[in-house]
Amino acid sequence: MAEKKMTSKQMLAAMQAKHYDDAMKAKAEGKPVVWSASIGMQELLETMDLTVVYPENHAAAIGARKCAPELIANAEGRGYSTDLCSYARVNIGYADLANSPAQNIPLPDMVFCCDNLCHTVMKWYENLAKALNIPMIHIHTPFVYEDDVPQRSVEYMRTEVEYAIKQLEELTGKKFDYDRLAEVMHSSNQTAYWWKKAYSLGMKNPSPLSGFDMFNYMAVAVCMRGKPEGAELFQLWHDELAAKSEAGLGPWKEGEEELYRVMWDGIACWPNLSFTFKTLKKNGINMVCSTYPDIWNLQYDETSINALCAEYARHYANRNLKYSVDIISKHVEEYKLDGIIYHSNRSCKLMDFRTYEIQRQVQERTGVPSVIFDGDQTDPRIFSEAQYETRIQALLEVMAARKEGK
Amino acid sequence: MADYKALISELTRIASTPDKSIAESMKETGKEAFGCFPLHTPEELVYAAGYLPVGLWGGKTDLKLSDKFLQGFCCTIIKANLEFGMNGTYKMLKGVIIPALCDTLKCVSENWIYACPDIPVIPIVYPMLRKIEGGEKYCVEEFRHVQKRLEEISGRAIPDKAIEAAFIVYEDYRATMREFVRVASDHPLTFDAKTRHLVIKAAYFMDKIKYTYIVKDIINEVKQLPKEKAQLRIIASGIVSEPVELLDILTENGIAIVGDDLSQESRNWRTPARKEGTALEKMAGMIADQKGDTFLYEQEKYKGAMLIDQVKNEAADGVIYFQMKFCDPEEFDYPIVKKELEAAGIPLLYLEVDQLLDSVEQLRTRIQSFAELLV
Ligand code: SF4
Ligand code: SF4
Repeated sequence: MAEKKMTSKQMLAAMQAKHYDDAMKAKAEGKPVVWSASIGMQELLETMDLTVVYPENHAAAIGARKCAPELIANAEGRGYSTDLCSYARVNIGYADLANSPAQNIPLPDMVFCCDNLCHTVMKWYENLAKALNIPMIHIHTPFVYEDDVPQRSVEYMRTEVEYAIKQLEELTGKKFDYDRLAEVMHSSNQTAYWWKKAYSLGMKNPSPLSGFDMFNYMAVAVCMRGKPEGAELFQLWHDELAAKSEAGLGPWKEGEEELYRVMWDGIACWPNLSFTFKTLKKNGINMVCSTYPDIWNLQYDETSINALCAEYARHYANRNLKYSVDIISKHVEEYKLDGIIYHSNRSCKLMDFRTYEIQRQVQERTGVPSVIFDGDQTDPRIFSEAQYETRIQALLEVMAARKEGK
Repeated sequence: MADYKALISELTRIASTPDKSIAESMKETGKEAFGCFPLHTPEELVYAAGYLPVGLWGGKTDLKLSDKFLQGFCCTIIKANLEFGMNGTYKMLKGVIIPALCDTLKCVSENWIYACPDIPVIPIVYPMLRKIEGGEKYCVEEFRHVQKRLEEISGRAIPDKAIEAAFIVYEDYRATMREFVRVASDHPLTFDAKTRHLVIKAAYFMDKIKYTYIVKDIINEVKQLPKEKAQLRIIASGIVSEPVELLDILTENGIAIVGDDLSQESRNWRTPARKEGTALEKMAGMIADQKGDTFLYEQEKYKGAMLIDQVKNEAADGVIYFQMKFCDPEEFDYPIVKKELEAAGIPLLYLEVDQLLDSVEQLRTRIQSFAELLV
């Protein structure tokens, strides 16, 4: 009997389980384990064949399984302020306790940081390196306040990469293999290509994609971007979505119609994922795109390390406000959005402190209504179901009125 | 002979009335003012451009307009700066420089463009990999970029020799301040916590040559006087040691600040410049050579060890960590510093401060109990 082909959902679950199992096994075998920032230059680590886990992904999983409070309490008990990013508090708590019922990961032998998301992650990783007494490699991606990454930043990053390679060689006692790097860059590009191609199907009307799935699939974009399996998964997911779309199917089951199309700005509220999703769905609101998963769409000229550097500095979170407004306005057009939901994420000052102005400018440029709600990605103490519902209701009313007026 | 007491009160007056002091300095120098946000802002370039560099370190104000841009959980230095930019308090500024040294600063440099369209903003990024050759080179290029923007705004070229000359002015200022904090440590009654702070702060609203000259006069006088003994000697760490009312409470409890690790104070001058290179290279070198600075990447995290050394060198009784509310880089350093000071048996007081804090009274009891613990 022919073996039944896995669905992308099954494949995703299997890959995630394997990712964590392999990491535990590697540690048990005495192999070095690296903790990396979620948009770290994984190409370098993959080239060195290192076992890598991603604390932000791990913290998200812990948050989604509602196991964050214990770890947060540990960090806060040791002097970490409630004000700090909750991913950091969860992870720093985990680094101390080394145990969570949600998911265990091996403790690191090295931390690998890249601050293209925020300055916060650099401070967080400094603390890990200090507390665990392990080496840290850091790649600084200068904030892009100009229209594109300037040449001086690329040249600086190039020297950082060379320095990081030297550190990796010293720490592992292995030579860095540039041919292997070329292969990894190719695989990474492929993963990013299929990732984008799949989630871009949200542009179809109705969207075959329920945007909250993106948050789940994102785990592989984070953790396995440099591996060929990453591309395989996203290609499969893409093909499923494309088939769905061709059959005229929307995001949900038959009879559940997509009435409104919205964008979600910022990270999910992991502990409240189901509530945030269901509140939208029961009102026929589908999240068809988000600025956040977009960040892992890193594609570059595979033959150039400079291009790799520039791409790491170039994404949404590391760019000026004008760029954000342009990108979101483009999303409004391409995804035919009816509304936008901005998550004012108590953890993430970097994203929050531009939200108000971005909202104003996007609204002015596109006319599309939007709301901002207060939440947090992993700390359950911030989000309020009542506030979220009220905000969504308000958005719904404006969207409905606009639809009628059309 | 200069009357050092009159000079000290002149500086404390200047520091206490920034608006008036800036206007006076503009009049005296005939220069226009240019704003410098915290931290490590390259004032030398502003000086070389022929402007009066003015330090923008927040202050007390009613926050009415900045809420349009920033959520409640933003540090008050930045909220106040934005408020002042929006409400016209900063209308005399020809521009501002904002370094991208924390996530809040990155964002505010962007918001500023839209919140204060009449005051141009020049952002600058400092290299975190500041010790590698490419890092120092990048730092110099960022300085050049700032220079170019200053030239565009002022319509005047900034010759390299003007930068070299400005660097000398600032080196003299920094050397003087290194001496000042030593002398202040020997005279903790003359320079009680508030006086010490205000004398240092006055520099942000004055011409640096004039300021340095006055401080030198003060040093020369006070140096001759017998050393003084404070009941309790502490080291201050943080961004700023404000609000000043808090410093009065320290004094009331016999506590003097005899050394600091503050962004507004010693972090600016404790690292000596290198001997070789152009002014810009030396400025980049100073960033590269900084140790224990919250905002510059350092995997070893020397801050705790440096505070321990400082406590020993200054024969201090403890450390006060002035935690600026909502300042996450400082919040990240705290648990590490706490652990290290505890291990060294050094008393540590953590004060969460906020410049707008109307009532510092709630901190009074904590300061009192800390003082009791120390005696
Ligand atoms: S949530 Fe924000 S602050 Fe936290 S790690 Fe991510 S980007 Fe940085
Ligand atoms: S968060 Fe800290 S470093 Fe950043 S602007 Fe505020 S006080 Fe300064």
